[in-house]
Amino acid sequence: MAGQGRLIEPTCGKLTWCCWKGHTMKRISVGLIAALAVGLSCQAGFAQTLKTVRDRGVLSCGVSQGLPGFSSPDDKGNWTGLDVDVCRAIAAAVLNDPAKVKFVPLSAKDRFTALQSGEIDVLSRNTTWTVSRDTSLGVNFTGVTYYDGQGFLVKKALKVNSALELNSASICVQTGTTNEQNVADYFKGNNMKYEVIAFGTADETVKAYESGRCDVFTSDISQLYAERLKLANPADHAVLPEVISKEPLGPLVRHGDDQWFDIVKWTLFAMINAEELGVTQKNVDEMAKSTKPELKRVFGTDGNLGEQLGLTKDWVSRIVRAVGNYGESFDRNVGAGSKLGIARGLNQLWNKGGIQYAPPIR
Amino acid sequence: MATEARKPPSQFWARLRGILGGHAGWGGFAFQILFVAALAWVGYEIFANARANLQAQRIASGFGFLSQTAGFGVSQSLIPYSETDTYSRVFLVGLLNTLLVAVVGIIFATIIGFIVGIGRLSPNWLVARIAGGYVESVRNLPLLFQILFWYLAVLGALPGPRQSISLFDKFFLSNRGLVIPKPLGEGGLQVFLAAVAVAVIASIALRIYARRQLFKRGRIIVIWPYVIALIVGLPALAVLSAGAPVTFEIPQLKGFNFSGGLRIVPEFVALVVALSTYTAAFIAENVRAGIMSVQKGQMEAGASLGLSHGATLRLIVVPQAMRVILPPLTNQYLNLTKNSSLAVAIGYPDLFSVFAGTTLSQTGQAIEIIAITMGVYLLISLVTSAIMSFYGWRINRSLGT
Repeated sequence: MAGQGRLIEPTCGKLTWCCWKGHTMKRISVGLIAALAVGLSCQAGFAQTLKTVRDRGVLSCGVSQGLPGFSSPDDKGNWTGLDVDVCRAIAAAVLNDPAKVKFVPLSAKDRFTALQSGEIDVLSRNTTWTVSRDTSLGVNFTGVTYYDGQGFLVKKALKVNSALELNSASICVQTGTTNEQNVADYFKGNNMKYEVIAFGTADETVKAYESGRCDVFTSDISQLYAERLKLANPADHAVLPEVISKEPLGPLVRHGDDQWFDIVKWTLFAMINAEELGVTQKNVDEMAKSTKPELKRVFGTDGNLGEQLGLTKDWVSRIVRAVGNYGESFDRNVGAGSKLGIARGLNQLWNKGGIQYAPPIR
Repeated sequence: MATEARKPPSQFWARLRGILGGHAGWGGFAFQILFVAALAWVGYEIFANARANLQAQRIASGFGFLSQTAGFGVSQSLIPYSETDTYSRVFLVGLLNTLLVAVVGIIFATIIGFIVGIGRLSPNWLVARIAGGYVESVRNLPLLFQILFWYLAVLGALPGPRQSISLFDKFFLSNRGLVIPKPLGEGGLQVFLAAVAVAVIASIALRIYARRQLFKRGRIIVIWPYVIALIVGLPALAVLSAGAPVTFEIPQLKGFNFSGGLRIVPEFVALVVALSTYTAAFIAENVRAGIMSVQKGQMEAGASLGLSHGATLRLIVVPQAMRVILPPLTNQYLNLTKNSSLAVAIGYPDLFSVFAGTTLSQTGQAIEIIAITMGVYLLISLVTSAIMSFYGWRINRSLGT
């Protein structure tokens, strides 16, 4: 198995200090606790994520603190969203039960430390893939669930039609995001003055924007649409046409466990391949009986691709039965079938005019 | 034959044993050495383990990140700062913002605290009840809640910059903060500052001279007319001879915000108001306890000497009360400084927010950044404690205890 070669023997198994829970004052403490946890926990815990998850019986998945369409709890406390579906798909593949997920809500600024310290097994929290994050944070991005870009939300009453008219504006942004740096680049690049006020959580940022402290709220465009739903009068606010950055969002895992990296990566690829092959939540059991060579490989009736991953032969059926294919999940959470109603755009499959493309299952 | 007294046995070893081992003797000493060694071993294990883990996961480590470009903006900075500056500059900006809030907060908290504390002891029924109500309501509500209240409910309710409340068209109050004319130095500035300095030094010298005369010869010299003449006269003379020291840059509404002028951002105001009113409630109780610890006879003694009520308080009661007030007052100053890290909730760029927040999440170097931040807060607290200890030592010396 891929991960076993890197296994380092445990030297201090009892010192692992990563099961910290609790909600109050989390924002203040999580950085500190996580820093200690990185220092005290053992390498052994990081090299065998699959075994750890199976022994625990629950997948620990880092998500946002409530972003409609991507990860937010409903009034019964059930988490839904595109990022949540990735967590559920992994749980379905590994534990054969999409409900066995513990969702850990994280602010933008605490998310990486939570992953580094082992508090979560996978981070699926609308996180932008950049080279500095991929190399210096000790994490690996496993793919792109949503191709996004950064934009601006303004009040219609300001009568602004372009981001280039925003000279001297006050801008609210969430701290610890790529947005904070992109907005600095954009205004400097266009020789415009601005004042940026950075808040710890998305809710605080939106509240300050709504109270009039800022003229502009900036974030990834999908988030602008999602947060606009929470405002008192969504129709009074408009998203400006400019897209100032590339924000490929995707799940990520810790360095040092190649097997787990492969599992998370191929879970998303399986969802995208399923859409391409026309496998849906409804017809998955029907399709699994197919005699087509390609489908036989995918459903494990021929070969043992799933077992090579460390999963079972029917891993793809488990995933699609639990959350549907990528297109179904997209429509249900952010697309036409949701309140957000975002068009597929770039996130359409490669053979239908978009750029979503997964390597083949063979 | 005189017998010489036998020399007492050398106390050296016994004394050494006492110093090193206490009552437990040499055994206790050995145990102490073992304990320190174990502590050092645990410390080394933590350090070595952290380093090995970071390397195994290929997480960047070390302090090299401090010279990298930060690439994000900060809304308030006491020193020139732009996005192209380094993370070490960000650290400095955050540190200065934290110190600014702490110093301004401490000043206001002390003033409000003393007024309320003395007010609670006032013989006036209404004043005492108002002060008591203030203390009980403010100190029993969570601080984070109070900060958000001031920020969102009070300052957030102000009108936007285009409808701002203006005073003489020079001062503007809006939800973007208070904008005031900004003084710009002119040619006469240096002469003016020199005149002010001379006036202040001369006034202090005059006061010292007057006190000496009072204590040595019992002669009372009235100095306030001279002091006023110095402090008003000298700078006025400087302005007449060398021209105006400053001109004012009047803020103007341009685009979305005011340009020019000095701006006090609402995040700063909300944080200072919340921190100082909250801490003042605790200080007020300290002050009340301190004053009540001074015996009633002291007040009566002052009165029987013919001193006024105010003079008795100022010269007899408060100096004695300070001995009791000071240690808990130091605690409150430390609390205020540490509580300022709640700034992140309202987007005020303090050390915790821009360094242990944004910088940490951009570089991912949690251990280094948390260590630096903890070290800085510790240093600020120790310096505050040292200053207060020195002040306490002076009070005790002057009271002759």
